[in-house]
Amino acid sequence: MNLFLDAFAWIAAPEQWSGSGSLPQRLGEHLLYTVIAVGVAALIAVPIGWLIGHTGRGREFAVGLSGAARALPSFGLLFLFVMLVGVTLRGPIVIAVLVLLAIPPILAGAYAGFEVIDRRTIDAARAMGMTEGQILWRVEVPLGLPLLFGGLRSATLQVVATAVLAVFVGLGGLGYGIVQGIAVRQFDQMLGSALLIIALALLLDAVFALLERFAVPRGVRAGRTPIVRSASPRRRAVAEPSA
Amino acid sequence: MIEFRSISKRFDDGTLAVDDFSLVIPSRRTTVFVGSSGCGKTTLLRMINRMVDASSGALEIDGENVSAIEPVQLRRRIGYVMQNSGLLPHRTVIDNIATVPRLNGVPKRAAHERALELMDTVGLDRAMAKRYPSQLSGGQQQRVGVARGLAVDPNILLMDEPFGAVDPIVRAELQQELLRLQRELGKTVVFVTHDIDEAFLLGDQVVILEKGARIAQRGTPEEILANPASDFVASFVGADRGRRALSIREVDGARVLVDADGNLAGRLVDRPAEASAS
Amino acid sequence: MTWVLANLEQILELSLTHLRLSLLPIVLGFVIAIPLGWVAHRYRLTRGLILTLVGLLYTIPSLALFVVLPPLLGTPFLSEANVLIALTIYAVAIMARSTADALASVDPDIQQAATAMGYSSWRRFWVVDLPLAGPVLLAGLRVVAVSTVSLLTVGVIVGVDSLGYLFTNGYQRGILASVLTGVVVTVLIALLLDRVLALLGAWLMPWTRAGRASRRSRVAQPSQLVDRAPATVGTGVQGSGA
Repeated sequence: MNLFLDAFAWIAAPEQWSGSGSLPQRLGEHLLYTVIAVGVAALIAVPIGWLIGHTGRGREFAVGLSGAARALPSFGLLFLFVMLVGVTLRGPIVIAVLVLLAIPPILAGAYAGFEVIDRRTIDAARAMGMTEGQILWRVEVPLGLPLLFGGLRSATLQVVATAVLAVFVGLGGLGYGIVQGIAVRQFDQMLGSALLIIALALLLDAVFALLERFAVPRGVRAGRTPIVRSASPRRRAVAEPSA
Repeated sequence: MIEFRSISKRFDDGTLAVDDFSLVIPSRRTTVFVGSSGCGKTTLLRMINRMVDASSGALEIDGENVSAIEPVQLRRRIGYVMQNSGLLPHRTVIDNIATVPRLNGVPKRAAHERALELMDTVGLDRAMAKRYPSQLSGGQQQRVGVARGLAVDPNILLMDEPFGAVDPIVRAELQQELLRLQRELGKTVVFVTHDIDEAFLLGDQVVILEKGARIAQRGTPEEILANPASDFVASFVGADRGRRALSIREVDGARVLVDADGNLAGRLVDRPAEASAS
Repeated sequence: MTWVLANLEQILELSLTHLRLSLLPIVLGFVIAIPLGWVAHRYRLTRGLILTLVGLLYTIPSLALFVVLPPLLGTPFLSEANVLIALTIYAVAIMARSTADALASVDPDIQQAATAMGYSSWRRFWVVDLPLAGPVLLAGLRVVAVSTVSLLTVGVIVGVDSLGYLFTNGYQRGILASVLTGVVVTVLIALLLDRVLALLGAWLMPWTRAGRASRRSRVAQPSQLVDRAPATVGTGVQGSGA
C-alpha cells in the first residue's frame, strides 16, 4: 500500500504544481484535447445521427461504422496518422484521430435516441399536423436526448483514454507521467499519474451521468422506472471500453 | 361531406391496399369502417388527412380536393385519435391537449383555457392537467387523446380503433361517452374498428370492408342486420348464427328470445309500457 | 509489402500471441459475468450495486488500469498477468451488464409457462432463461471480443508483446508498413473472432437462424413493431401491454 502513499505524495509535491510540465498544465492539455475532439465530433455526428434517426435511412451504415470503429486499435491509429501526415502537424492529427474515435458513439447515441421513441408518438405528432421540423425539434430531440448524452459520455471516456497515449507522439497530457515513469522506473510518478487519469475519467463520467439523468424528459421519468433502465442496453451497446 | 372517388392505393411493396373505392361520408354523422385486419380500413382513414396519399382517384372534403391542400395545414384542421392515444410522453396532459392550437399560434394562456374546457367535455378531472401521460390509466389517456383531437374544434374527427387497447368495461364507458359527445357536438366522425358490435353501436352509417377495401355492404346498422348483402356480411355480422339469430319461444305465457345456440338472450316486451314493469 | 514479407515470421508469431492473450479474458469474462449478471438481474438491490460498480470499472482508461493493478494485486510491474486481469475486468464489466439485460429480455410469459409446466427455477434457468437470453448475450460477447483484441495492443507499453509491438517499434524506427500491418492484422483478428462467435451463435441457437427471415418481415409490419415498442423502448406511453 505504501506505493500508493508514495504516489499521493508525488501528486501533492509542490514541484508538480508549477512550472513547465506541471500537473495543471498536463491536465489542461488533456482536457483541451478532449473538449475540442468531442466538440468537433459532436458537430459532425449529431446532425448526421439525427438525420439517420429521423429518416430511418443509412441506419446500416451507422451500425456498421460503430461496429468497425470498435475493432480499430486507437493506439495504432495514432501512430499511423502521425506518420502519414508528418510530425510537424501532429497536434491537429492527434485531434483528428480523437475526433474519428468520438464520432461513432455520438452518431449511435444520436440515432438510437430517435429510434427508441415509440413510433406511435411520432405518427400521432404527424397526424396532428406537425411539420417535419416540428416533429424533429419538439418530439424527437427532447425524447432522444438521454441516449445522445449516453453517446457523448462514451465518446468522452474513449477520448480521455486515448489522449493518455498522446504522449507517445510528443504531445503531453496526463499520460506523460506514466510513460516517463515507466521509462525511468519511477513508480510514484507512474502510479500518481494513473490515479489522476482515473480520477479524471470518473469525474467526467459522473458529470455525464448527471446530464443524462436530467435529460430524461420529466413525463418519461415520472412514469415507470423500467423506462430508464430499458434504455440502457442501447446505450451500452453504443459504448465501448476505453482505449 | 367527404367523398372518395375511385380511390386506389398501391404501396411501394406492391400490395394493393385499396382497390377502386368510392364512398360519400355525410357531414355531422358517424361513419364506421369495419373489417378484419389488413382490409385497408386504416389506409382509407389516413387518406382523409393525407397521412397516406392515394395512388389514383380523388378525395374531396366539402368539394375541395385534398391533394390541393398542404398536408400539414390539412391535418391541423382535422382531429385524429388513434389507438394507444399517441400522446407525447414528455408533455403534461394540458400541454398535450393544447398542442395543435399552440402549433396554430394560439397564445399559451388561451390554449390552456380551452384545454381545460375540453377536459370537462371529455369527462377528465381538471386536477389531472399537470400529470404526464404515463401517470394516467389507459382509459384516461384515451380521453386525453379525444380531447386533443377536438382541440381546434375540427369539423372532422378521425378515430383509428381508439378504444382497441382498453379493457371491455372502460371501452363500453368510452363508447357511451363518444355517443354523448357526438350528440352534443355533431362532428363528422370517421371511425375505424374491427369490432362489429362497436360499429353497430356507434355508426350512423356502417361500411363493411373486405380485402382491398372493397365495400361488402354499406348502410345503417338496421339495414345491414335486416338484409345482409352477402354470405360474407351475414357471417361477419354473425346474422347466420350465434346471438344475432334470435327466435321467439313461449315459456309460462311469456315470450323469451333465444339465440341460435339455444342461449337465452332476453325477454320480448311491448315498449314502453311493460318496460318499466319488467 | 517487402517489409511484410521480410518480417512475416514475426508478424505471424505476434498474431498468434495476440490471439492467445485475447482469448483468455474473453472466456474468463464471460464465465465470471454470467452469475454476476444473474444476481444483478434477480435482485433489485444488487442490480444497482453491481451495475454501478462495473460501470465505474469500465470508465478507467486501460493504460491507467495496467499501471494501478500491480501494487493492488502484488503482481510484478511488467507482467502479462496485469494486462490479462485488466482485460478480464473490462470483459466482465461489459458482459455483466449484457447478461442482466439479456435475462431481462426474456419474455416473462414464457418463463411463467415453464414454471407452470413444472420446471424448477434452477432447471428453468439453464433450459429456458439462458438459451432465450442467448441472442443478447451473444451481442455482448461479440462486443467484448472485438474490444479486447483492440485494447490488448496498449499492453505493449507495460511490456506485454502483442501486435501493439508493431506500433511502437514501427513508430520509433519510422517504418510505416509496420504500424499499418499492426492495425490491419488487429482489425482482421477482431473481425475473425466476431465472425466465429456469430457462427457459433447461429449453430447453438438454430431458432434465431430460422427466425431471421420472419423477423425481417415482422419489422415491415408497423403494427408488430408497435406491439413490441413499449417493452423494448420504454418511452411507451401506454400501460396496455405490460
